[in-house]
Amino acid sequence: MQFKLESRTIAPMVSRATCEVLSTMLDIEAEAGEPYLENTAPANSEGVVSFVGLAGPELAGTGSLHCSSRSACHLAARLLMSDFDSVNDEVLDAIGELTNMIVGSFKNEIEQHIGPTGLSIPTVIYGRNFSTRSLGREDWMVVPFSCGEEHLEVKVCLKGREEPCAHIRHGEKHEFILSH
Amino acid sequence: MAFDLLIVDDSAAIRKILQRVLQKTEMPIGKIYEAGDGFEALAVLRANKVSFVLSDINMPNMDGLQLLGQIRANEDWKAMPVVLITSEGSQARVMEAAHMGATGYVRKPFTPEQINKVLEGMVLEPVA
Repeated sequence: MQFKLESRTIAPMVSRATCEVLSTMLDIEAEAGEPYLENTAPANSEGVVSFVGLAGPELAGTGSLHCSSRSACHLAARLLMSDFDSVNDEVLDAIGELTNMIVGSFKNEIEQHIGPTGLSIPTVIYGRNFSTRSLGREDWMVVPFSCGEEHLEVKVCLKGREEPCAHIRHGEKHEFILSH
Repeated sequence: MAFDLLIVDDSAAIRKILQRVLQKTEMPIGKIYEAGDGFEALAVLRANKVSFVLSDINMPNMDGLQLLGQIRANEDWKAMPVVLITSEGSQARVMEAAHMGATGYVRKPFTPEQINKVLEGMVLEPVA
């Protein structure tokens, strides 16, 4: 049976991967919200965004984690058992590593259906007035999570290499633009 | 008797977490050396005697599998236990690591118990 890149199959994988990493590494029980598709550039935001690329013979894409500066400091504090009042290199490193683990866990599940898939090294961005934009036309699957008072979003954008299903549209190029 | 070890990961966060986990084990840990990639790790190994290596796979410059290959090809280090700790947890990756001579494999996210379990199974040569 052919595996289809659909919201109803991707979102539960994202939820499981994120909850497993937050529970195991941070001892945080996160609650997944209602997933949704995003196909326009989000409004300018503040905070931390981390990206990890996925690529394999069947599929290419990106996984990302988005959160406020306060949430980033909270997550890093739980991971490293230190206090952080503001975003610094340690916080950015921690968020990059969390993203790597979340996207890695997601990859480990999805590659059971689509075969071996590789991960890129994480890229982390921090700022106060920036937007991220994909030049492709694919939708982003967004899964919001609540961890007490903190909130984060995990987003995945995937493109099948040969026969994309109706939910995933082909794009010509996939990169990010930052504007300040 | 103490075991000196080398942690190789491009993430300082993971190096810090591993240090914390290792210091909570019952294993007598001596010096903990750190490296951010395979090249740095080789430099540490040339300058110091260590009992075992914990290494990430996905790193810039020289990755964990390339490092493992270099260690296994060196007469002085070829018997040194090398445990790979990585988010690359696919069966194919595990098989590749085992084929190249990895002593153990831990998938991120990991628990302290998982790290302990792998370390318990290793035969280590103390450095002091």
